[in-house]
Amino acid sequence: MTEVSTGSTTADAGSTTGGADILAIAREQVLERGVPLDESQILEVLRTGDDVLPDLLALAHEVRMKWCGPEVEVEGIVSIKTGGCPEDCHFCSQSGQFTSPVRSVWLNVPELVKAAEQTAATGASEFCIVAAVRGPDERLMTQMREGVKAIKEAVDIEVAASLGMLSQDQVDDLVDMGVHRYNHNLEAARSYFPQVVTTHSWEERWDTCLMVRESGMELCCGCLVGMGETVEQRAELAAQLGELQPDEVPLNFLNPRPGTPFGDLPLMESSEALRTIAAFRLALPRTILRYAGGRELTLGDLGTRDGLLGGINAVIVGNYLTTLGRDPSEDLALLADLKMPIKALSSSL
Amino acid sequence: MSGAITYCGHCGGPLDAGSHDACAERLRMEPPRFCTRCHRRMVVQVTPTSWTAQCVEHGETSSP
Repeated sequence: MTEVSTGSTTADAGSTTGGADILAIAREQVLERGVPLDESQILEVLRTGDDVLPDLLALAHEVRMKWCGPEVEVEGIVSIKTGGCPEDCHFCSQSGQFTSPVRSVWLNVPELVKAAEQTAATGASEFCIVAAVRGPDERLMTQMREGVKAIKEAVDIEVAASLGMLSQDQVDDLVDMGVHRYNHNLEAARSYFPQVVTTHSWEERWDTCLMVRESGMELCCGCLVGMGETVEQRAELAAQLGELQPDEVPLNFLNPRPGTPFGDLPLMESSEALRTIAAFRLALPRTILRYAGGRELTLGDLGTRDGLLGGINAVIVGNYLTTLGRDPSEDLALLADLKMPIKALSSSL
Repeated sequence: MSGAITYCGHCGGPLDAGSHDACAERLRMEPPRFCTRCHRRMVVQVTPTSWTAQCVEHGETSSP
């Protein structure tokens, strides 16, 4: 078992009082001028107490509304190749290095099209195809080529992909296929990454992100919080994402998976998760900030609502790659209740 | 699928050995990973609004 901190530094944050000063600074800097918080300022936000959390969430919501607008981007995801991954990401049940109960399986093209149709039926504008691999081999690229073509012929939806680390030729191939956005997460701060993954480096992830950003595809680059990182490392991560300037940041909360090195870590406290959402919004005022995995367990129904009123402006609806999500109709009803319109498909389709 | 349910679909352990209340709770947010007849690991595919789980011996089960 890998030894990790249980986040005692972050746990202390909830008992800290005050924070009005940094909120006033953020109001003038981020809300009024659109200038993101820097790392030390993000850390100050993450150290604010529960007493200012409502004001912090309200400010993050104002920032989101001013710089992104009221629309919420809805996405569905599916695993085209599950399990048997050679990498050792300590949070992931799909690594072949752990004694996880997840077995390998491939999704064929007709099933892929069906999953895209299921996603489109929810009102989503995005469909992301994900593979548990270090990087795509020729078999996977062929499956992608055939699958993306079939989806585009059958379903009105934007297609995104997440296939691990890429070569420049593979980036070019994905652009040619019409993949409009590519996901490759940093997962953790540079200083904490070696505690999370040992089979590849943070820098390799960064390099793939840079290639994607230069390719014409949109860059989706997110992270997973609640893995035992300190609050300082969480601020570092937000600042590194800010430096990368992705179009979208999916924010995952650790859902400890049986058999993985992080399988016994506790769930993140909901107040800490909400504080993290708000801090990331203040670090990334113009970025799509998406609820991704783990929100159901970490935040529950009430927390999900609070996050949408605290900086989040995108959701993954339905199921995840190996676990289940909320019924899409529940999320869509919540968005309607909050009077947040669902982002429509782009006119380029 | 046919036959008596003997094993936990979440952890694969015998249902008559200890409590599986926590497993039942997890199965609200996860598909089963083990066949409840023979506790073999199943091949599970999750899609945006459904899932299927295939046991090599006892066949396929799927989301309601």
